[in-house]
Amino acid sequence: MKDLFSVVMLLGIYSLLSASFFVAMDAVDVAFTEAAVGAGISTLLMLVVITMTGRSEKTTRHKPMLALLVVVFTGGVLIYGTFDMPYFGLADAPIHNHVSPRYINDSMQEIGIPNIVTSVLASYRAFDTFGEVVVIFTAGIGVLALLSVVRRPEDSDKITAINDSMHERYLVIRIVTKILLPFILLFALYVQFHGDFGPGGGFQAGVIFAAAIILYTMLFGLNTARKVINQSFIQFIAAVGVLLYGCVGLVSLLNGGNFFDYNVLTNDPIVGQHIGILIIELGVGCTVASVMIIIFFNFAGRREMQQHNKKVHSSDLESL
Amino acid sequence: MIIGLFNDWVVVVLMMIGLYIVIAHGNLIKKLVGLSIFQTSVYIFYISMAKVEGGSAPILAESIKQFSNPLPHVLILTAIVVGIATTALGLALVVRIKEAYGSVEEEDIQHLDNQTQTESPKKVLEGDQA
Repeated sequence: MKDLFSVVMLLGIYSLLSASFFVAMDAVDVAFTEAAVGAGISTLLMLVVITMTGRSEKTTRHKPMLALLVVVFTGGVLIYGTFDMPYFGLADAPIHNHVSPRYINDSMQEIGIPNIVTSVLASYRAFDTFGEVVVIFTAGIGVLALLSVVRRPEDSDKITAINDSMHERYLVIRIVTKILLPFILLFALYVQFHGDFGPGGGFQAGVIFAAAIILYTMLFGLNTARKVINQSFIQFIAAVGVLLYGCVGLVSLLNGGNFFDYNVLTNDPIVGQHIGILIIELGVGCTVASVMIIIFFNFAGRREMQQHNKKVHSSDLESL
Repeated sequence: MIIGLFNDWVVVVLMMIGLYIVIAHGNLIKKLVGLSIFQTSVYIFYISMAKVEGGSAPILAESIKQFSNPLPHVLILTAIVVGIATTALGLALVVRIKEAYGSVEEEDIQHLDNQTQTESPKKVLEGDQA
């Protein structure tokens, strides 16, 4: 398929299908994340990039026989490898014998929240999750370093003029979005703070929150969105999220426990766990939401600058 | 019952489709799409391993005794969000490559690179110093 637009759309559908597969496999938290990330944000990012890099793929001359051979060979070896795997759905497979019985049997006494995924994510494996948050933060910085553009005020006036003409057309979508937006944001907050009891948590809430902001940006233009959410403020929030997470670890260290040992946060270990998980999820949510918004803003900002340059260039040619 | 390994085979097939796209296509965006298919196959591998027959979602409740394994869920949950962040970084690189070379096709980029190397190695060096 040479049309990249349809490729990206198919990828979005594929992500949505795999999200429903995850629901069927009982992984509700994962399905939540995949639906918001795969079908929502990643499709949008790819579409923005396609508008910058061109929509169609060039036809290549060489025959991909060698690639096919490599792939078939690797696939064959992997299939051979699967013969040692335990069968699907067996309760006594090796994966279920180690560590996870403790999570399932003891997490209610030790952590005190019903959603085991959240207690593993934010308490048993908090150090791991901290690493992931730092990776997301670093990726945000990387995108910022690669794509951020210095904006001059006189440019932004012209860009606004382009945008106004573009965004006036979709009246129905804009009104419906305006009605839906508060509910999406409220739902994100619900997912954030209800993550202890049902599927949800910082990662999902952050992504949903960012998706709402991105929807707003797409329909009302980057400049309007920048007026609502300041770029430097959102960068500040991304850093605050990581710091908040790390500080919980430091506080528990200072209180005489291990790094990310929430039992020592208060006198009652269970209350300590609750507070620790709540703060950590808040940190995760802040970082994820703001990094996603930063990424989208920078892609969209780059695109606007390119369009603007093109326009200036063509008007120069005309005046000559 | 050999059909019990069906989930692994689906994963292998998806993984190889992703790998094939990464190897055989020159377009950088398509390569990234291939990478994300590969990524999703790994997610499916982990999640299908965590499934227990007759188990329920790992949220504790009175009436439920059998749960799926929560640990792979946690790993994949974070991996998805990290995956989108790294994909965004890759896309950012693609945008910069497009700006620098005027193309996102591997062949064109290599062609341009070879041209600058063979035609004016001195110029490139001077440019680097400047």
